[in-house]
Amino acid sequence: MMKSNHMNQYAVNLIFILMACASIFPFVLLVMASFTDQKAIINDGYSLLPSVFSLEAYKYMMQSSSSLIRAYGITVFITIFGTVVGLAISTMLAYPLSRSDMPLRKVMSFLVFFTLLFNGGLVSTYLIYTEVFHIKNTIWALIIPGLLTNGFYILLIRTFFSTSIPAAIIESAYIDGASEFKIFYRIVLPLSLPILATIGLMLGISYWNDWFNGLIFVTDSKLFSIQNMLNRMLSDIQFLQKSSMTNAAQASSNIPTDSVRMAIAVIGIVPIFCAYPFFQKFFVKGLTLGAVKG
Amino acid sequence: MPGTLHKTLKTFKRYRALFLMVLPGMIYLIINNYLPMFGIVIAFKNINYRKGIFGSDWAGLKNFEYLFKTADAWVITRNTILYNGLFIIINLALAVAVAILLNEVKNRFMSRFYQSIILLPYLISMVIVGYLALAMLNGENGFFNHQVLPLFGIEPISWYSEPKYWPYILTIVNIWKNVGYLCIIFLAAIVGIDNEYYEAATLDGANKWQQIRTITLPLLSPAIIIMALLSIGRIFYSDFGLFYQVPLNSGPLQPTTDVIDTYVYRGLMTLGDIGMSSAAGFYQSVVGFVLVLVSNFIIRRKSPEQALF
Repeated sequence: MMKSNHMNQYAVNLIFILMACASIFPFVLLVMASFTDQKAIINDGYSLLPSVFSLEAYKYMMQSSSSLIRAYGITVFITIFGTVVGLAISTMLAYPLSRSDMPLRKVMSFLVFFTLLFNGGLVSTYLIYTEVFHIKNTIWALIIPGLLTNGFYILLIRTFFSTSIPAAIIESAYIDGASEFKIFYRIVLPLSLPILATIGLMLGISYWNDWFNGLIFVTDSKLFSIQNMLNRMLSDIQFLQKSSMTNAAQASSNIPTDSVRMAIAVIGIVPIFCAYPFFQKFFVKGLTLGAVKG
Repeated sequence: MPGTLHKTLKTFKRYRALFLMVLPGMIYLIINNYLPMFGIVIAFKNINYRKGIFGSDWAGLKNFEYLFKTADAWVITRNTILYNGLFIIINLALAVAVAILLNEVKNRFMSRFYQSIILLPYLISMVIVGYLALAMLNGENGFFNHQVLPLFGIEPISWYSEPKYWPYILTIVNIWKNVGYLCIIFLAAIVGIDNEYYEAATLDGANKWQQIRTITLPLLSPAIIIMALLSIGRIFYSDFGLFYQVPLNSGPLQPTTDVIDTYVYRGLMTLGDIGMSSAAGFYQSVVGFVLVLVSNFIIRRKSPEQALF
């Protein structure tokens, strides 16, 4: 393309610098609040430059942190366990569906696809998990409902397998006497790292960020993930604003100060912000894969 | 016919390893997705925990009668459709515009950098977004009331008890969180457009704006249409986190923040009104399903290759 035909690069870059600022501004505010003295937040409000710098919030977290560490541990555990197991069952289901010689392939693919079109809704999902499977207040409540895999991921993986793994390789390995499992582990999976990374990342992020399953299935604070802890603190503030003064005074003693809450929110974000640059390539690739119909 | 049976058994034996692989995922989908589909009959039942979900007495259409007699039914339907309609239009228009602009950033490093930054809000949980909104809008010490409004000489506003501001707030938060994601999907489609079109247009003397109008937008329209139809098919479902966390589930705000999802949640978890809640859930699932079928039917009439099924 000819140079004269380019848009003014300065203008374009300026627009994106403004957009980038708008995207990260609230995070900067959050981080700054966590480093601000509590009295300063009350007097001067949230601001981009702390009027009184303080590490109190982080010190407080370090000292009174047994429940925090526990919540963090639960989040890490469900993220790793859920991602690994979810990825395993998703790929194992997707692989046979990608094989053109697999019997009942069309029926099973439809069963997967149909879950994207229709669902039973919150009430029946909730009642089935609590009344039939009794997962309320168990760690399974944070792992299984609606998180382990979904039809969309399965269809994405299936499409990847059927478009980028030549049937001839599988055929010849089978003739050479390799078992189906061996073909899957030794040939198919190693050739599929981009899709595994993408789906793994999506699963990992949804586990790390999940607060909904904890909200509806967990009342025991010992099982709170970091997101549920954050959520509980938010609803306590809500309660505080609604209730009468005496109740409020009692409740407020249990609620960490603004800066501590913001500090806990910060440590809830940090792992994602740290991991993201390494996975950015896969994530963007995954989004674009997601745009291709399954 | 023993011959066919024999053949079936033989095929099954040949593929048993693959059937074994399918098993865990299928069991999961049955538990997580198919059992609740049958549970949808709860909307027609008078749930009694002692008798169990399926053993409870039938209530006919009573749950629906109660639901549609309330003013809530109208409010949640209106809010759900208006918000989602607004989100679809604004998000698509902005994402397309941003994607076209992003494609004009010639420095590849900077382009990647911008992509990463505008995607960050998409990666954050809605609880955290609730915290960010609180830091901005908190009545006593929020950023807006303390830093922004004084600049214009405006008195502090009690954001969390004034319903009239929330359509704007929720729309802005939704844009902030999701446009980066949509934009990257469109960017991928733009990058996929053959460069020869642009070269030919340049030789013919077309300026940038003409190129965008006559090449980029028409070639991008299939992607825009499919994204629009996917969202229209889900117009009865809302982002629960957005409508629950960002307004902090605040009662006074409900006239402008309550959607079907939050209503169903509240009925089930805080009010214990399972009858009404399941009727609303049924309404949502079934109307949602019909909308998917209708939107798919429309795409199939217009351009069959873009239809979902």
